[in-house]
Amino acid sequence: MLDKNQIAQRIAKELEDGYYVNLGIGIPTLIANYIPKGINVILQSENGLLGMGPFPLKGEEDADLINAGKQTITTLPGSAFFDSAMSFGMIRAGKVDLTVLGAMEVSERGDIASWKIPGKMVKGMGGAMDLVASAKNIIVAMMHTNSKGESKLLINCHLPLTGINCVKKIVTNLAVIEVTTNGFRLLEKAPGVTVEEIKNKTEGKLIIEGDIPEMNFASE
Amino acid sequence: MKKVFKNAEEAVHDISDGSIIMLGGFGLCGIPENCITALVKKGISGLTCISNNAGVDDFGIGMLLKKRQLKKMIASYVGENAEFERQLLSGELEVELIPQGTLATRCMASGYGMPAIFTPAGVGTDVAEGKESRIFNGKKYLLEYAFDADFALVKAWKGDTFGNLIYKETARNFNPVMAMAGKITIAEVEELVQPGELNPNEIHTPGIYIHRIFKGSVYEKRIEQRTVRK
Repeated sequence: MLDKNQIAQRIAKELEDGYYVNLGIGIPTLIANYIPKGINVILQSENGLLGMGPFPLKGEEDADLINAGKQTITTLPGSAFFDSAMSFGMIRAGKVDLTVLGAMEVSERGDIASWKIPGKMVKGMGGAMDLVASAKNIIVAMMHTNSKGESKLLINCHLPLTGINCVKKIVTNLAVIEVTTNGFRLLEKAPGVTVEEIKNKTEGKLIIEGDIPEMNFASE
Repeated sequence: MKKVFKNAEEAVHDISDGSIIMLGGFGLCGIPENCITALVKKGISGLTCISNNAGVDDFGIGMLLKKRQLKKMIASYVGENAEFERQLLSGELEVELIPQGTLATRCMASGYGMPAIFTPAGVGTDVAEGKESRIFNGKKYLLEYAFDADFALVKAWKGDTFGNLIYKETARNFNPVMAMAGKITIAEVEELVQPGELNPNEIHTPGIYIHRIFKGSVYEKRIEQRTVRK
């Protein structure tokens, strides 16, 4: 079973040199810590920055320089600032190569629910709906089951949707799963996890073909 | 051209009950702090505020909310303000949550003289309810209308007396598109200079969009999530 950092580490292996990437709040932000050596990835912050860098050192925090989660950040050489219309323009026009976000539920058709629990949590969707409606490649980073042990990979989402038919890949604490036109397809299992366990914890249709390899964390 | 005002109180003098107001900012970054304080002091009510977020309980738009000056909020995320989420869930406050990109682009549409735009954000979700849609190149898009705001309150780093503005870092965010969209745009700046002191190549918002400008008397620039690395 993987922890949050390991989920982030596995998703970081999907990054390619020159990629423009948007990382959502939560587990996805950890991916910035695991960008493979030797490749250059430019992080987009939806509030108007390309080239987001690490958090500042204590005493160097700048109130005018924050990320989408309202945290103080720095910039890297080659960064650029722009306004919110341009930010979502570049997202909608498909210039961002990869979007990674968390979710509460994903359906076997790639629908995603990530923004609202009616009557309990209505914080708003922020930029999530724009991202999932437009991104070329969307990976969801989440736990395989919720706090009650129920599957988060469903036949149909029950919670209000963020987007439809959009998720391409899911990386959970148990598995790497591809979303195909035929349902979920198991690609990799986490160390110490059996295919049986993954099957039992996936409510949606799960295609299992051949030997399922274990996730590889060794650096190339 | 008399665009320069002495302070926030004078700049917002004619904003009255029931006004529709756009406010720049993302979280607490780049918010028109002095105008908000002046509106709280004025005590006007029944306001409709269009802004990405709702501030926190005791700063930003949250201050207007605390004093019950808001009738309606149009935003994309109100999660940092517990009182907001509570008023939303209880029905005390009318809230319209819209995708952040739609919010930005509806402001842009106003400023660019376009009555409406098409966007894929929200297709298949609650956001699509009651809205017209159209298919372009096999993909579905929702019809969204340009905003109609009485006032736009924006914050910039530097401005000159013609209203030309330059923004700083991520404090830019919604300010440029809201500046273009207001029927009356009021800009507050940290530094107010004479025409000619700002390089024309570096202007982010040309002064044609700005009706009133003043130098803010105080900027707290509160940090919402102070985060450092070891």
